[in-house]
Amino acid sequence: MLAYIVKRFIGMLVVMFLVVTAVFIIVRMTPGDPAAVMLGPDATTADVQALRQRLGLDRPIIVQYLQFFGNLLTGDLGRSIFLNAPVTQVLAARAEPTLFLTLFSLLIAVGIAVPAGVYAACHRGSLFDQAALAFAMLLASIPSFWMGLVLIQIFASGLGWLPASGYGGPDASFGERLRHLALPAVTLGVVSSALILRFTRASMLDVLGDDYVRTARSKGASEFVVVMKHAFKNALVPIVTVIGLTAALLAAGAVVTETVFGLPGVGSLVVNAVLRRDYPVIEATLLVVAGLYVLINFLIDLMYLAIDPRVRF
Amino acid sequence: MVRFRSRLAIAGVALVACAGSLLAQGAPATVTKGGVIDVSTIGEPPTLDSMVSTADIVGMISQHIFETLYTFDEKWSPQPLLADGMPTFADEGKSVTIKLRSGVKFHDGSDFDADDAVASLNRWLTLSPRGKSVAGTVTKVDKVDALTIRLTLTGPLAPLLPLLSFNNSAAIMLPSDKVGPQMTETVGTGPYRLMERKPDQYIRLGRFDGYKSPPGAADGYAGARGNHLDEIRFVPVPDANSRVEAMLAGQHQYSESMPVESIDRLKGKAGIAPIILKPFGFPIFAMNMRKGIMTSLDLRRAVQAALGPEDMLAAAFGEKDFYTANGSLYPKPFIWNSDAGVKAYGQANAKAAADLLKAGKYDGSPLRILTSRQYEFHFKMAQVAAEYLKAGGFKVQLDVVDWATLTQRRGNPDLWDIFITHSPFLPEPSLNSVYADSSPIGWTNAKKNEVLAAFNKELDPAKRVAIFAELQGLIFADVPFYKVGDFNALRARSVKLKGMNELPWPAFWNASLDK
Repeated sequence: MLAYIVKRFIGMLVVMFLVVTAVFIIVRMTPGDPAAVMLGPDATTADVQALRQRLGLDRPIIVQYLQFFGNLLTGDLGRSIFLNAPVTQVLAARAEPTLFLTLFSLLIAVGIAVPAGVYAACHRGSLFDQAALAFAMLLASIPSFWMGLVLIQIFASGLGWLPASGYGGPDASFGERLRHLALPAVTLGVVSSALILRFTRASMLDVLGDDYVRTARSKGASEFVVVMKHAFKNALVPIVTVIGLTAALLAAGAVVTETVFGLPGVGSLVVNAVLRRDYPVIEATLLVVAGLYVLINFLIDLMYLAIDPRVRF
Repeated sequence: MVRFRSRLAIAGVALVACAGSLLAQGAPATVTKGGVIDVSTIGEPPTLDSMVSTADIVGMISQHIFETLYTFDEKWSPQPLLADGMPTFADEGKSVTIKLRSGVKFHDGSDFDADDAVASLNRWLTLSPRGKSVAGTVTKVDKVDALTIRLTLTGPLAPLLPLLSFNNSAAIMLPSDKVGPQMTETVGTGPYRLMERKPDQYIRLGRFDGYKSPPGAADGYAGARGNHLDEIRFVPVPDANSRVEAMLAGQHQYSESMPVESIDRLKGKAGIAPIILKPFGFPIFAMNMRKGIMTSLDLRRAVQAALGPEDMLAAAFGEKDFYTANGSLYPKPFIWNSDAGVKAYGQANAKAAADLLKAGKYDGSPLRILTSRQYEFHFKMAQVAAEYLKAGGFKVQLDVVDWATLTQRRGNPDLWDIFITHSPFLPEPSLNSVYADSSPIGWTNAKKNEVLAAFNKELDPAKRVAIFAELQGLIFADVPFYKVGDFNALRARSVKLKGMNELPWPAFWNASLDK
């Protein structure tokens, strides 16, 4: 077990090194210039060049890479060109909305998808099953920005129950900030529930036909015990995998949803950084996101041990 | 029918504004003090240092924090702001003496004086794109006494006062001990001071209690400035539809750059006053005169002959109430409005274009139009233009990139033949960078330089109008760019927000919020 963890950890370091290098190269190869964006449309080429020099962007790419990598090893993710602040500070400020958005949308997605998926599998072919499948197909096909705008039109600009965008003003209480998350969380939760529902249903159908389920039934166990204790527990591995991957995706920043709802989270940070060509922010954010993905995958693998005793590393 | 209904709706808009007349509304009779407003903006400004940036959003926000020596009144004439009266000229315009207002304080409590003005103007001449453009003419800035400065010029400079008045790449006044290449502290003399900046979340400005307003009635950007509101919060909402919804939900009290399609929804909502700022700006197709096929005058004239601006504008802005097919570089009532050369505009003549292509020995190379979808109207105009140009005989290639890529690529003349951009109508023509040799267009015509130099030296306003008409004629003859037309901007304001002068760069001094 320990050997497995050490091996995976080394693998994670290699992946992160490759990610760092690839991200740096891709970002620097992308056309566009932070100096030109910063100075505005009427700046001359000479002005842009002067600012590039001041920002150190005129140095050879390999020199910039070595400095970036060296700083990284000391825990320094760099300084945002536009926000004039350390990237770690910028990222920390964006963590709260993304974290809570991830949490709430995941709760909504799992709360809808898992019971519905289990029930649909147990009543295969029923009206509920067919409706759930159609619902899942529909949700998977709806772009989150469209769903977001519809919800805003109904609940914000229509009924006036919830705020349309942002994360509250400077004096917003914690409760007020959570109120701002209601619509984006429902949007993401409902959209994400489609995939989890289909996986839950499929996984449950797989195990419901197994011998041990039949045996449990023949021993007179109640249907609830059969489904929840014998079937559901054994169907959990793929369900946990898809929930974990959905969580990683959401934690990486729901780019579109955060943009539509004007949420100052990690997703909108990446979008804005790309539009402004704020290289240090793009590089550091993608690095953190990649790290999060690797870590969540690792944790999912470890969870298999707890869920399924047959799994051995 | 839909079109007719929509026009009726637009006719009912609470305020259909004209850039000139808009500036004259003044403050309300009774002013409610206090209140906090949220203003949605198109995005986060790249900096608050309006001296170094030419981005409109920087000037729009920072004009509440920083002030210049002069500013514009409703007729776009420079008027004193931090200066105490108009400057005095001597030595045939080569010596300009400016007296400063006394008792003005910075947000850090220090007094504003000549040392600050000298340090700030020197920074402006060194760092600001607009300041640098006149640094060769303004050779020295001296302190005369505690409240007087003198600028020494190599010759008369007509755009000097407009440049000192402009909020974009602005000659803002900073405390001398805080002047440096990088702005480390945001300290100005404006009616509002920076309280907090949370990038991509809000920029929070609070009333500056030590503010000393300029005298006189409010007049455009000039005159009295009352800081009635407790706070102004600029909230970046990059998505246009989200700006509309936040406005309709009552979350924001003012919003800029609303999509024109939202006019009916805004009008139909009680408590919201849609505002059409007419005319607001103009899009241009800028030609690459440094390299490639557009270095040929015949081919540039072929583009001019081929394009049909009415259709391009219709595709870009929809309703006619939001655009005017006008070739003159300035529409009425700007004093710069002229018909010189305008007959070459709006030809949509495929045969004339084909003849010019033949005369220019066009070899069939693709005409590369560089555009961005970040400004959707640029892209829509490009699509229609491509069809007109194809009809005229051009082979067209649309290069659609994001705005950051476009601003970089246009600096390399190997990569494009035409790029699309736009500008608001600037009060002084020479503030527009398209005429400069150093612009990406690279219009280095000797006659143009002669006319532009005469325009910049001439101090008589009537003569300047005549010289600018000559410059406009040259533009139609030489075609360094193609002005597509005039467009209007749509904004929205809560009816509770009173006392606002609707300006191209909205200003919230003198604004108050009804309880």
